[in-house]
Amino acid sequence: MSADRREWPLYEVFVRGKRGLNHVHVGSLHAADDAMAVRHARDVYTRRNEGVSIWVVRADAITASSPDEKDPMFAPSGDKVYRHPTFYDIPDNVPHM
Amino acid sequence: MTTTPAEPEALEAAFEATIARHDRIEPRDWMPDAYRRTLVRQMAQHAHSEIIGMQPEGAWIGRAPSLRRKAILLAKVQDEAGHGLYLYSACETLGVSRAELTELLLTGRQKYSSIFNYPTLSYADVGTIGWLVDGAAICNQVPLCRTSYGPYGRAMIRICKEESFHQRQGYELLMTMMRGTDAQRAMVQESVNRFWWPALMMFGPPDADSPNSARSMAWGIKRNSNDELRQKFVDMTVPQAEALGVTLPDPDLRWNEERGHHDFGEPDWEELAAVIRGDGPCNAQRMAHRRAAHEDGAWVREAASAFAAKAGAR
Repeated sequence: MSADRREWPLYEVFVRGKRGLNHVHVGSLHAADDAMAVRHARDVYTRRNEGVSIWVVRADAITASSPDEKDPMFAPSGDKVYRHPTFYDIPDNVPHM
Repeated sequence: MTTTPAEPEALEAAFEATIARHDRIEPRDWMPDAYRRTLVRQMAQHAHSEIIGMQPEGAWIGRAPSLRRKAILLAKVQDEAGHGLYLYSACETLGVSRAELTELLLTGRQKYSSIFNYPTLSYADVGTIGWLVDGAAICNQVPLCRTSYGPYGRAMIRICKEESFHQRQGYELLMTMMRGTDAQRAMVQESVNRFWWPALMMFGPPDADSPNSARSMAWGIKRNSNDELRQKFVDMTVPQAEALGVTLPDPDLRWNEERGHHDFGEPDWEELAAVIRGDGPCNAQRMAHRRAAHEDGAWVREAASAFAAKAGAR
């Protein structure tokens, strides 16, 4: 088929729902360039005031941990219960702790 | 850090354990090929339905009777496009490309919902589609928000939020017509008569004839059987029809005290099979329109690519 079989790159879309919140991943879309990705993201993901700010990033620019390495990858935090406040016994009569 | 590749049995066991915990499967997780194939088929069919579904109602945008109704219909049809895009995106996380999915639709190798092969003969059909067709779609889709494949479930949550507007605008449109003249009331009734049975067919064949259902339910892709959802839809719709002042064209439709549900007649499954086969009233027209839209839009896609390439080279 013609040249349009070459796909536009995939972008991941992040939307800030309102001031004070983080940008959150909402989905993805194809666009020819960054500016079009932002415009398409507005039309596809914020038709009902879902956002006050949009980030788009090309999906091939994202580096992710591998699900196969799930256990070794997160092992360093698995055995460090002392990082959590509930690890420490404080008597009930001590206030504001 | 080195990791030894897990044995197939271990991978399968981990997958089954995730399903059993009602946890979600995410794109990069190992999954059985048949699970992936089933999802691609179901999600693609769903996405195609949203895209083809723009046509029956889109045909009335220019003829809607007021600016208010035009704006509503335009927003609704735009939503359908959005729903198609959410679902295509979710489907692509399984390793199929958008171009492939488009190709599979345009060449008729993947299906879309049979309901969109019926014509919209009067403006009342816009209301009936919102009320009955989107109503049936909501029944089907709400349980899919809890489907086992993460991206599919997340797409469904967005879609369900928006479908409620679709159903309500349709019902309100019909209510307005029912407050009008005798001719308008007759137009509503005639429209409901035409769409009732095709709407019931949207839930698919009876459970006994739905070969893929059991597998899909075991995998948590589907949460309810076709017949369960159809019954739920009938029970929900009967009081809505009464409130609207229309009758539903089924002589066997009556409340069954013992079952706590409505009994209703059997849809014409021959008709459903024919429409799926391609012999519905509008199959050829819908496909021709979609192909033409795709071809007519080629220059836009090419121009955007050329512009991006030029900007990238600067």
